[in-house]
Amino acid sequence: MNAVTNLARLRGPGIFAVVAALALVVAPLALEPFRLGLLAKYLCFAIVALGIGLAWGQGGMLTLGQGVFFGLGGYAMGMHLKLVEASSLPSSGSSSGGGPALPDFMVWSGVEELPALWAPFADPVFALAMVVAGPVLIATVLGLLVFRQRVRGAYFAILTQALAAAFVILLVGQQGLTGGTNGLTNFFELFGRDLADDSTQRGLYIVVALVLGVLYLGARQLVNSRFGRLLVAVRDGEDRVRFLGYDPAVVKTIVFAISAGMAGLAGALFVPVVGIISPALLGVVPSLELVVAVAVGGRFALAGAVLGAVVMGYAKTSFSEQFADGWLYLQGALFILVMTLAPKGLVGLAASAREALAARRRPAVPASRTVKEIA
Amino acid sequence: MEAFVNQLPIGISIGAVLLLIALGLTFTFGQMGVINMAHGEFIMAGAYTAYLLQDLTGRMAVIVALPVAFAVAGLMGLILERTAIRHFYGRPLDTLLLTWGVSLVLQQLARDLFGAPNVQVQAPAWLQGGIGTLPYNRLFIFVLALLTVAGVWAYLNRTGQGRRMQAVMQNRGLAAVSGIDTGRVDQRTFFIGSGLAGVAGVALTLIGPVGPTLGTYYIVDAFLVVVAGGLGSLLGAVVAAAGLGLLNSYAEFWSDASLAKVIVFAVIVAFLQVRPQGLFVLRSRALS
Amino acid sequence: MRNSVWRSGAALAALAIALAACGGEAPANESGAAAGGDDTIKVGILHSLSGTMAISEVTVRDAELLAIEEINKAGGVLGKQLVPVVEDGASDWPTFAEKATKLIRQDKVATTFGGWTSASRKAMLPVFERSKALLWYPVQYEGLESSPYIFYTGATTNQQIIPGLDYLKEQGKKKLFLVGSDYVFPRTANKIIKAYAAANGMEILGEEYTPLGHTEYGTLTNKVVQAKPDAVFNTLNGDSNVAFFKQLKSAGVTAEEMPVLSVSVAEEEVTGIGVDNIAGHPVAWNYYQTTDTPANKKFVEAFKARYGAAKVTSDPMEAGYNAVYLWAEAVKKAGTVEVEAVRKAAGGIALERPEGLVTIDGENQHMYKTARIGIIQPDGLIKEVWNSGEPIKPDPYLKGYPWASGLAAG
Repeated sequence: MNAVTNLARLRGPGIFAVVAALALVVAPLALEPFRLGLLAKYLCFAIVALGIGLAWGQGGMLTLGQGVFFGLGGYAMGMHLKLVEASSLPSSGSSSGGGPALPDFMVWSGVEELPALWAPFADPVFALAMVVAGPVLIATVLGLLVFRQRVRGAYFAILTQALAAAFVILLVGQQGLTGGTNGLTNFFELFGRDLADDSTQRGLYIVVALVLGVLYLGARQLVNSRFGRLLVAVRDGEDRVRFLGYDPAVVKTIVFAISAGMAGLAGALFVPVVGIISPALLGVVPSLELVVAVAVGGRFALAGAVLGAVVMGYAKTSFSEQFADGWLYLQGALFILVMTLAPKGLVGLAASAREALAARRRPAVPASRTVKEIA
Repeated sequence: MEAFVNQLPIGISIGAVLLLIALGLTFTFGQMGVINMAHGEFIMAGAYTAYLLQDLTGRMAVIVALPVAFAVAGLMGLILERTAIRHFYGRPLDTLLLTWGVSLVLQQLARDLFGAPNVQVQAPAWLQGGIGTLPYNRLFIFVLALLTVAGVWAYLNRTGQGRRMQAVMQNRGLAAVSGIDTGRVDQRTFFIGSGLAGVAGVALTLIGPVGPTLGTYYIVDAFLVVVAGGLGSLLGAVVAAAGLGLLNSYAEFWSDASLAKVIVFAVIVAFLQVRPQGLFVLRSRALS
Repeated sequence: MRNSVWRSGAALAALAIALAACGGEAPANESGAAAGGDDTIKVGILHSLSGTMAISEVTVRDAELLAIEEINKAGGVLGKQLVPVVEDGASDWPTFAEKATKLIRQDKVATTFGGWTSASRKAMLPVFERSKALLWYPVQYEGLESSPYIFYTGATTNQQIIPGLDYLKEQGKKKLFLVGSDYVFPRTANKIIKAYAAANGMEILGEEYTPLGHTEYGTLTNKVVQAKPDAVFNTLNGDSNVAFFKQLKSAGVTAEEMPVLSVSVAEEEVTGIGVDNIAGHPVAWNYYQTTDTPANKKFVEAFKARYGAAKVTSDPMEAGYNAVYLWAEAVKKAGTVEVEAVRKAAGGIALERPEGLVTIDGENQHMYKTARIGIIQPDGLIKEVWNSGEPIKPDPYLKGYPWASGLAAG
């Protein structure tokens, strides 16, 4: 028995290694650059989904505002790329006189001097630090504010949703600073490499896949740690945890901040991969869509969150290529079905199917209890 | 000073709109803990009901449609409750995602049935014009909101059905062992809550666009009213709607529409710091 | 349990990658097969068929498809039939960039017609410039752009906004109030309007922006009414127009005492706003369904025959329809679909279109267009009351207007 479980324990990492090999070696070779770019985009979303899986699946915090953190990361990266571009193109900078060169959208927005908020982002180290620090900081402040007051469940969900709505309005309203609805686009190079080049895109894909893999392992480690158990305990009985002498607000804030940092990192990777960051990517609907993806994949397993983001991203692309109008129906219907019939998502379905199979093979073991739990 | 006076009726009328769209939610969200993201699409259904009735009733459609839209949206809610939501009680976050799926389907359905462009609902001629800065149609919405609130209050406090509804909300288990058929009460609650969305939809045809995306414009605001007012509190919803309406109108008057929205959000977050459960809290000994 | 999750998760992830790989191959085979036929030319059509912009963009797609059908019926281009590849931008700017990449790299289209919002154009611009592929953009916009790989068949600011202001000035309107949705076009348009007003002795009493999709105009209406302007210049977009006009009407504002000149309200939008609420107000475009030219008679008839008698035609639809013909003409002149040759051949091409004579300016790749001001009629159509007399030379950077010198830096 012991040997069997040991073997089984080995199998998990084994399959992880296979998937990693597939993603890192086979995909870049087999896929044409356009499709590889799409996969890189899905993997960016998968990083956000991983964070949602942590906060929602493990911590019970349904955050409908991850777009905000994704956006903070994305804009930090976008601002840096814009500044690099502006300083490398003599034509756009010449008319503004002596000061540092302005990004293109500021010129047509009537901004004449580089805003103080932008200046430090010319430094790549600062920009990269802000990618994670910005979201983490905001999530920490927000988390401490709301969790300390025991705002939770539906309240928290609605609050984060309103945050996403307000954030988008704010971004759009500050056109001179943020590019308004257009967002930031037209990037040429990333750390000296031409972004239009296929090899750059392939390299970016590998970076995204590596980041996702590392974060996934880290998140798993976290979930399996003492802290992870505490997190699940907070999810399932916050008051009881409080009676035991822990502060649930701190636990929740830490995890919320981690998920925000992941979203920020994903946003920063998304920008060079897709070539644009705009408020349309951060609002209520895109934030919800990611939560949907996590639910479809299976929110209680981190692998489910990742899987859901990739599957839903792929489904969206392929269905909208085939029949655009049907996509909303399909997305809606898929969602209703998953929520009513398989609340544990694809991963849960697969697990219950296998257990049912195992139960049939070995009728001695009563599997009915777990099956019912899943259904 | 003149500006202050002029903005007052506008703020109150914004509050009346907020109250109308949020009133149904105090039932479904407040009393049953169901986060119904399809609430916006029930509002849309009400608006389209008025549009369809135009062919029969001409310019009186807005009046005739009020009860019809209540029934139509109420039935849609009932169907939703029977087929899906009843499996989800006690899992509010799951209902949020489920009903979001429903809302997507309903939006696309409206697009297929009525076309993507906005449609026109003609207001009755006697609603044209107004007193000072207060147009008659705003006044109409204000009166409608008052009547609706009064009706809801009377129903909850003066009828047996209403009292049973409150009993179920306050303590489901105790209500059930006292012989109340909680399933029936749930159905009724959902019917009324959704029906009220339909009524709001008819009213909105007077001031806003009627199209497949109508619901998405109002849903977030509606939830904010309920959250600020306190779950399941009728009085809370009224006060919160009026407060947010006034805040919105003055903030917009002295800044601009974009900033006003951000200010409203900031105020709500700050307010929840002081009163995390909203304005009026239902007293309960239960912890969570 | 944990291990099983590991395994199933990993297995499904592998499946997803395999699926993605298949997805990558299938269309590739398809395009390989299609490229084999030498008697067709693929062209891309990229508009939002879903999401908030679908209302507007679907009509442009229809007009473009109509043009392709007509050209095919007349023998095609260079003896080859045009095959449209239609993609959905889904009202989402990154999707526009993604689909543009797909059209260029995977479908290898000869040219693309598409876009509506400035944001979608800005998102596609780098894709077309990097790939050296052509985009035909059919909507009036805020100017200050001239990409060598984009042809702009809608109006730039000096063909719509400035004529609109000329008209208001002629009407003796001295005090204006500016109302717009919060995005690039209204903000740029209002900058131009303010510069124009300063140079022409007009006064701007207020400038207000509302978020896209905003529907609560009580406060804004109050601000407008209190400021008592002679006219309102309206750059609101989409559904906001419905709420704005309804609430303005109910506040007792009439078109006689305070006309609202709109630049984003065309025949399509009038029904949704309600003719009652908007009749009598002026709009500024380059084309109306009622524009009296032989080419327009043919276009309106063909459009109604193809898509239904109840359909109306509007300026962006006509500009999209024109784009296909202008490109086809340039290809004929160049004798090839090769992008650089087509670009070179396009300059100077002049065609009689539904809006009148349209000439491609080879320098900035915009069109010479006639500006037309119309009044919305009780039947929902728009009657022209003023025009610029002759096609106006496109000037996206407003270099020919001394008062605008501060605007076009860069």
